[in-house]
This record gives sequence, C-alpha cells and structure tokens, in this order.
Amino acid sequence: MTGYIRVENLKKFFPTKRGLLHAVDDVSFAVQKGETLGLVGESGCGKSTLGRCLIRLLDATSGNVILHDEETGEDIDITKASKSVIKHLRKKVQIVFQDPYSCLNPRLSVWELIAEPLIVNGVFPDKNAMKRRVRELMNTVGLAERLENSYPHELDGGRRQRIGIARSLALNPEFIVLDEPVSALDVCIQAQILNLLNDLQREFHYTYVFISHNLSVVRHVSDRIAVMYLGKIVELSDYKDLFVKPSHPYTQALLSAIPTAKLDVKKERVILEGDVPSPIDPPSGCRFMGRCRHRAEICGKETPELREVSPGHFVSCHLSSP
Amino acid sequence: MNDLLEIKDLTIHYVTDGGTVRAVENLNLRLGHGETLGFVGETGAGKTTTALGIMRLIPSPPGVVKSGRIIFDGEDLLTKSEAEMRAIRGGKIAMIFQDPMTSLNPVMTVDKQIAEMIRLHRDVDKAESLKLAGDMLELVGIKRERMHDYPHQFSGGMKQRVVIAIALACDPGLLIADEPTTALDVTIQAQVLELMKKLKQQFGASMILITHDLGIVADICDKVAIMYAGRVVEYADKRALYANPTHPYTIGLFNSVPDLDEDRESLNVIPGLMPDPMDLPAGCAFHPRCAYATSVCSESKPEMMEAAPGHFVACPIRGRERK
Repeated sequence: MTGYIRVENLKKFFPTKRGLLHAVDDVSFAVQKGETLGLVGESGCGKSTLGRCLIRLLDATSGNVILHDEETGEDIDITKASKSVIKHLRKKVQIVFQDPYSCLNPRLSVWELIAEPLIVNGVFPDKNAMKRRVRELMNTVGLAERLENSYPHELDGGRRQRIGIARSLALNPEFIVLDEPVSALDVCIQAQILNLLNDLQREFHYTYVFISHNLSVVRHVSDRIAVMYLGKIVELSDYKDLFVKPSHPYTQALLSAIPTAKLDVKKERVILEGDVPSPIDPPSGCRFMGRCRHRAEICGKETPELREVSPGHFVSCHLSSP
Repeated sequence: MNDLLEIKDLTIHYVTDGGTVRAVENLNLRLGHGETLGFVGETGAGKTTTALGIMRLIPSPPGVVKSGRIIFDGEDLLTKSEAEMRAIRGGKIAMIFQDPMTSLNPVMTVDKQIAEMIRLHRDVDKAESLKLAGDMLELVGIKRERMHDYPHQFSGGMKQRVVIAIALACDPGLLIADEPTTALDVTIQAQVLELMKKLKQQFGASMILITHDLGIVADICDKVAIMYAGRVVEYADKRALYANPTHPYTIGLFNSVPDLDEDRESLNVIPGLMPDPMDLPAGCAFHPRCAYATSVCSESKPEMMEAAPGHFVACPIRGRERK
C-alpha cells in the first residue's frame, strides 16, 4: 500500500463499564496526495473517532497512521510520534469540526480566533505580517474584513464555519480532516461552503478526508468513498463505482434510503430492519449480519476481510463475488 | 369540497426589546382532506412558527398573532377559548416535534404517555386506555412487551415511533410533523417515513410535513409550499413544482442540493444570506439575492399569482414568464 497517508490496522477501543467499545476496529486504507476521501456512515459507526485518530486528537489503541513527508522523504508514524514531532505536524495536519456553534471560543473576536493558531505556533514574530496573513485568510474563506472585530455569536452558522476553516488553513496545512463540516448548515449555506472547500483544494492542493453522514454531499466532494459500519470499513471505492455498483448490502440499503429531490426515479427501496447494534463487545463474524437480507452461515463464523472485487473497489462481504 | 384547513392572511410577530421579528407575514394556505402538504424552507423561514400558530402554541410574550384566520373544519381556531383548544390539540390536530429525545417525558413509561393522551380525549377507563396504548405501540412496530419501558431504553428511531403513536392515538384529522426525521440517521429515517406513509393512509388523516429536505417532500407529499422570510413564495402540486420550479428562490434551493447521479464541478448557490427578520428588505424579501430582480421588486410586495392552473408564485417576473 502506498500513499500520502497510510492507515494500517488502526484500532481504537474505549473501555466502558459494560465492556470494550470497539469504535474503530482494524481499519486500513490509504489517501493519496491531493485527493478527497469521503468517509460515510451513520451515527456511532466510528467515523469521527477515526478522523480524530488520523491527526492524533485521540491516541489509537493499536495500528499505525503513516504520513509521508515529501520534503524530507521520511515516513512519520502519527500514532507513535513524540510530542515535539506532533507539534510540528500540527502545521501540516488540521481539522474542521462539525459544529460551528461550539468549536469557537465565544470570548475571542474573529481576528483573535484566526490569529490564534499563528500565535500559538509563533510563525509571525512581526505583528504587521501576522495582520496581513489574517486578512488574507479572511479573504480566502470569504469573510468581509469589517467582521474582524465581531464575536462568534454575532455571526450566522455559515460565517462561523468559515472562521473554523480559516483557522485550519492558517498554518498552510497539507492534510485536512473535515468532520461533518456542513451538517449544521442550511442547504443554501451548505452549498456555499462546499464550493469554497472545492475552490481551496484546487488552489492549494489540499488532501481532504471528508467525514459526513450525507451521501449526496460526500459524492459531490469525494474522489473515493469509504463506507463505515460499526467500526469497520465495509466498502471502499471510486465515488462513481460506489453509486453505480454498490456491492455491500449495507451500502445498497444506505443508498436506497436517501430521499432524492426528483420524481419518477424508480428505485427499489431496501428498508433495513432494526437499529445499529451496540459496538460494545460486538459478536464475531460480520457486524452487519443481524440486519442483512442475504446472510448465510459463514457470516456468523468468520469476520469478512476487505477484498478487491474489481480494480480499486474493495468490499468486505463473504457473499460478494470477485 | 371544503378544505380541512385554510389559513388566511396570517401574520405572526415576535415583539422583543431589540425590535419586531416578522416571523410570518400574510400567509395563505389551504389543505384538503387526506392531503399531505410539504412545508419547505430554511432555518428562520417561519415554518415552525406557522405550525405553532395553528396549534395556538406561540409563546406569548413575545409572540403575537397580528392578524389572520385559521379555519379548521369550518371553524376559526383563533377565536377559540383555551379550554376549546385543549380539546382540539391532540384530539383533532396532533403535532410531532423534531427531537424525539426531548418531546417524551423521561420519567414516565411509554404506555402511560400514550394512555394519558387517550384518557384526555376519550371516555375510557385506565385499564382500557393502557390496552389501547399497547395496540398503538404494535401499530407503530414496537413489541407490546416493551410498553412498560422508559424512553431512554429506546433508540432514536424507536422514540420517534412512540411519539407518532401518541400523536395518532386519538385519530386526529390533521397531523403536523415538524422535521420528524431530521434527528435520525438515513436508514432509520427511511423506516420512519415508510411508517408515516402507511399510517397516514390507514388513518385517513391530512398532514403538514415541515422539512428542509426536498427529497423527503418528493417521497411523501402531494402539495408543496416553499417558504422564505415569513411568506409562502411558491405553492403547487408536487409534480408541477418539481417539473417547473418557478420562483427564483425555489430554483436556487433545487440547485443547492448536490446531485446523486450527476457530476457537477461546483454548485449554483444563491448569493448572500437570509435577511434579518427584524429588518426585511422593502418589496420582495428575496430581491437582494435574486438574479431576476428588477426595480419593481424593491418597490412593492409581490402578490401570489397563478402562473399555471394550481401553481401559485409570489413573483411577478417569473410568474408572467410562465404564462
């Protein structure tokens, strides 16, 4: 496996009173430089935990996240890097959070919020240079300069999310984890932010991991998409393939459940029974078995591996044909 | 045939120290028997305020119903006494709220919560009401054994099923569902929508479905009203509206949704933001963001016009183009 970011057998378990919660359970994939990998799944599937492990906001239980530093040609294992290396990495690796209402300090002005990462990392000893940089960032994300002394509560969700984006861009990162960046926004504002993220990627060649529960949004932004269910990646493929030939029964159900804003689109709707089972001490075998239409004997015995069924299209299902 | 619900010139304001919020302005709407109306708009468009207005649940102060009539089954709800409204709420008009986590009582078992509703509106004894509660739970797909459970023992989708059971317990003529699936995951949303479709038919109720998701509207509604800044800007049969979105805002709304079948480099967005409801622009509230705007638009408030039979648009420019 090659790539700019390589995730190898990543696991993140949380101890709880009732047992071990398998939030991310043996996940491997790679992200190429400049691409957008979409990560979809329902609440509780572990997509946010995975996103946080990628940039070491959470310590993984086991496994590796390897970032290939092109400048030095070195491979850095984010999960095991020392504090000083991590601090250096923060300049390359950033995150945008879901909720623009809670991720900004309400007592800092827009200017202070955007300058904060620059101050923390001491990149601009010269105050005027920093001022210019903050203005430039506000410009990049489409915030009017007159807003620099406003506080987050005075702004709407879309503008707040722009602040969050500006903060993550401040240090010229290479890799950005976008954790549900548009979920809290209305569709019109959502469209504006999606366009902004697209333009930024084209201009600065960022590598994105885009986490969302909204498949149409993910399809719009991603080059490849990974579908997660209960801590595991069940399907990973090119964005078009996934929608044309969804192979995992869960992906099929997920796709058919999306209401589309079109009439006369005939599609078979697969309604899943029941709810997502608990991720605490999950049974062996396929995690999706309990809700699957096609389950067979083997599904309860062996955990399916992620296999390549056609070039670049990986599925973890015993019953999918190669 | 008489409509089940007719709203005429409804205006609701929230009067605060900082100014007056014009939440709903001269709203007109009709809903026939057995129809499902999709009520679409962004945050702050006035969808929920309208629904609360129908239920007479506008918090006052600061809310004031300035003018208008809400005619339900031939009677104006705005002239009813509080006692009369209590019989109507839950009995004839029921409401499902967005968040099932907060609309259930956490310290009361679900069967008792359903029975409470039944006992309020029907003359049955306690034992009978609890039996009916169990029936309702089975109807929404929850096993009778679980009737003595508390809300926290259910998942989000199951809780919303309980809320639906409560709403339908007294066989209301009108069901108002305020973003009933927004808090749910997409596969669970599909289950709940399927259930609502089935039950609506079984009970023969009319429904107002408040949502921001045009996909859900396409799935279960008959008619659609698009709301912007306190007004209905377009109202039509679902087919007509999806085939021929006419108001510039409606067109913008459709363009903002990423397509599942088609690649688009970037989305066509509506420039700018929703206006401040305390300080609405003169004339058409949408004109500062509108690509079709002319000088007329900033001068006078557009009237609803019939662009095609049954297809109403509050835009003189696009409305005439269609004619």
